Amino acid sequence: MLKVRVIPCLDVKDGRVVKGVQFVDLRDAGDPVEAARAYDAAGADELTFLDITASHENRGTILDVVRRTAEQCFMPLTVGGGVRTVDDVRTLLHAGADKVSINTAAVNRRAFVGEAAEKFGEQCIVVAIDAKKVSQPGEENRWEIFTHGGRNPTGIDAIQYAREVVDLGAGEILLTSMDRDGTGQGFDCALTRAVADAVHVPVIASGGVGILDHLVEGIRDGGASAVLAASIFHFGTFTVREAKDRLAEAGLPVRLD
Amino acid sequence: MTVAIIDYNSGNLHSAAKAMERAAQSLAHDAGQTVIVTSDPEVVRTADRVVLPGVGAFADCRAGLDAVPGMVEAMTEAVKGRGRPFLGICVGLQLLAERGLEHGVTEGLGWIRGEVDRITPNDPTLKIPHMGWNTLEIAREHPLLAGIPTGASGLHAYFVHSYHLKPADGIDLLATTDYGGTITAAVARENVAGTQFHPEKSQTLGLALLANFLKWHP
Repeated sequence: MLKVRVIPCLDVKDGRVVKGVQFVDLRDAGDPVEAARAYDAAGADELTFLDITASHENRGTILDVVRRTAEQCFMPLTVGGGVRTVDDVRTLLHAGADKVSINTAAVNRRAFVGEAAEKFGEQCIVVAIDAKKVSQPGEENRWEIFTHGGRNPTGIDAIQYAREVVDLGAGEILLTSMDRDGTGQGFDCALTRAVADAVHVPVIASGGVGILDHLVEGIRDGGASAVLAASIFHFGTFTVREAKDRLAEAGLPVRLD
Repeated sequence: MTVAIIDYNSGNLHSAAKAMERAAQSLAHDAGQTVIVTSDPEVVRTADRVVLPGVGAFADCRAGLDAVPGMVEAMTEAVKGRGRPFLGICVGLQLLAERGLEHGVTEGLGWIRGEVDRITPNDPTLKIPHMGWNTLEIAREHPLLAGIPTGASGLHAYFVHSYHLKPADGIDLLATTDYGGTITAAVARENVAGTQFHPEKSQTLGLALLANFLKWHP
């Protein structure tokens, strides 16, 4: 039986993790490769690097991180952040990423998703969707795509957009609720469910995990195939194993290898 | 001893090579295996073992392989002529079939009889691609799977695919996995083998399988 996936996410800036992993003794908690190894050992099902490097000159730093991680961690690795061209995708895949996540570039030009999927296969193209609820209380739920960390509205309906990018060749959707991100209040399960029901590809729920029951809700109520979290793992609030044990207690299939 | 990993511009050969090196290091008694990522048909022709990775669509991978002059001939000579052990990974396994049905009909290598067709889970809510960790069911005992815990409580392998090879000869099937029905996970015929999952991404199970491949003397 296919297992639900638990995916820690590391924000990387100029080749260093922004929130250092603090649950194990690392020589260098800011080294993404050490963090990746720790999560590999902890039983993470995949790992996601989000490159938030701002300056163009330092954008190459993520490639070295990916290369060194792929040499040591024999688990799937997704890399996102600043992916704008087919060449960006190719460079990351060749460095050792298994999947590349596209965000703003797809919002700006939908066809990019199709070009990347055609070139490298749907299985390695993830489209990251940052969505915010825009409907008023009492209205039917409606979510809109936001860019630039939730600051810029686009007027694009999130569900419609998800359908569109999947039709173009996205093999997976990484769905972040900008309302919940960083709040610890749990996923926006209505949003997750609406997207998961709208597309035939797996959906990763992201944004808002504070306690382990939130992970259960993302899968059970949201219909997600995988759950992504950052802080609860980095700060050692919960281990990956504890997360999986809770999912298992709730009757969800997990990998405990 | 050289293990040639065929480079035909199909994605991530780096991790396949690194995982193979790690597996080779674990084999103290069978050491001295050199892993080479190569697009040179001469290296493939004379290699002791041949690995064909592959990600993407069947037709693209086939076209990529054909675009390297002399590569299919070199593979054929090494594997069919000289009997060298061969491992196809993901689309590298699928290319062994007679034909693929992804975006039109494309000829495969025809080393394993059968076609590569879309997964059609009997539960319509199951997502395609089949993406993530799943367990294996043994269809036939084989050295590649020796010592690897299988079954519902066994180790997991990492899959990411929407198509799978349906072998025409049941005997070619080594292992399956369940995803709303039976999915081909591994095949083998004589010195030719393949896995639909990614051993280079499958941690313990994957490294054990690659070590088994390096020890395999069909």
